[in-house]
Amino acid sequence: MESQNSHLESVYALYQDMIKKGFTLIYEGEVNHQITKTFTSMADENMEKVSEDDSVRKKVYHVMVECLQNICKHAEDGDQSDTAFSGNGIFIVGRDDNAYHVISGNQVDYEQKEKIKTSLDFVNSLDKDKLKELYFKKLKEGSISEKGGAGLGFIDMVKKTGHKLEYHFDALTDGNYFFILKSTISRNK
Amino acid sequence: MDAIKLKGTEDTPAVTFDAGANIFELSGKSMPENVAAFYSPILAWIEEYGKKPNAETVVSFKLEYFNTASSKMIMDIMSKFEDICNNGANVKMKWHYLEVDEDMLEAGEGYSEIVDVPFEMISY
Repeated sequence: MESQNSHLESVYALYQDMIKKGFTLIYEGEVNHQITKTFTSMADENMEKVSEDDSVRKKVYHVMVECLQNICKHAEDGDQSDTAFSGNGIFIVGRDDNAYHVISGNQVDYEQKEKIKTSLDFVNSLDKDKLKELYFKKLKEGSISEKGGAGLGFIDMVKKTGHKLEYHFDALTDGNYFFILKSTISRNK
Repeated sequence: MDAIKLKGTEDTPAVTFDAGANIFELSGKSMPENVAAFYSPILAWIEEYGKKPNAETVVSFKLEYFNTASSKMIMDIMSKFEDICNNGANVKMKWHYLEVDEDMLEAGEGYSEIVDVPFEMISY
């Protein structure tokens, strides 16, 4: 029973931490369009309640939608018989004195991991002007994918927040990976 | 031709494309579950309208929020109107943005650089 106790302790520690920081939303489960709408409007209402700056609110909202839609859309790429792939993930929005942090986690396969890594490294290597240039170039020349994405999510997240995207891949025993993405939105301009 | 009139929802914009009343407007929020399904009828409508456009067409965008997939569809809408403009009709875009919303201003400026039609930025 020891392991269960320590599990409970860590939940309590998390709870205490959440209370201290004043603002944390956590979601775990299937991510679909309805959840995206519900979660983002809940977070937005929370920010409104604490009179968060409008521009910060909009940026956080934007990042949340792009992250959640990434999980919805790309979950279908994986093995459908595996429930971990069918749009499941974790999603956390937290705040400290200086910034909001939007963290998402979902399972991807090797091929997806390589694609995501290449795209993130590239986007992270660009400065503000280059990001803007790439965004509008893709807007003009690109097209909507079968999954309904424009391939602009990561570019837009870095462009709007001014922060590089942090990421991590945890290797799972079945050869797949758990992809964690973190975006930061500063509160003080 | 029949007008398109859609009420805005929490994830789709209010849309009025009415040739008879000479109103062309997109406003509110845009993050539909399926962007292609939502915007295809609108793009088809503009294409049809382009066959016999009004003497003057002013297209108004007053969006609070749109996701990146929608930004591509907005681009496509503008391109269709640009074609109408290139065919000799008088077309103009009005981009409304909340004064404090720098990202929305920047988006409008970006579009205005790509689309070769007169563009007016209006803060509210």
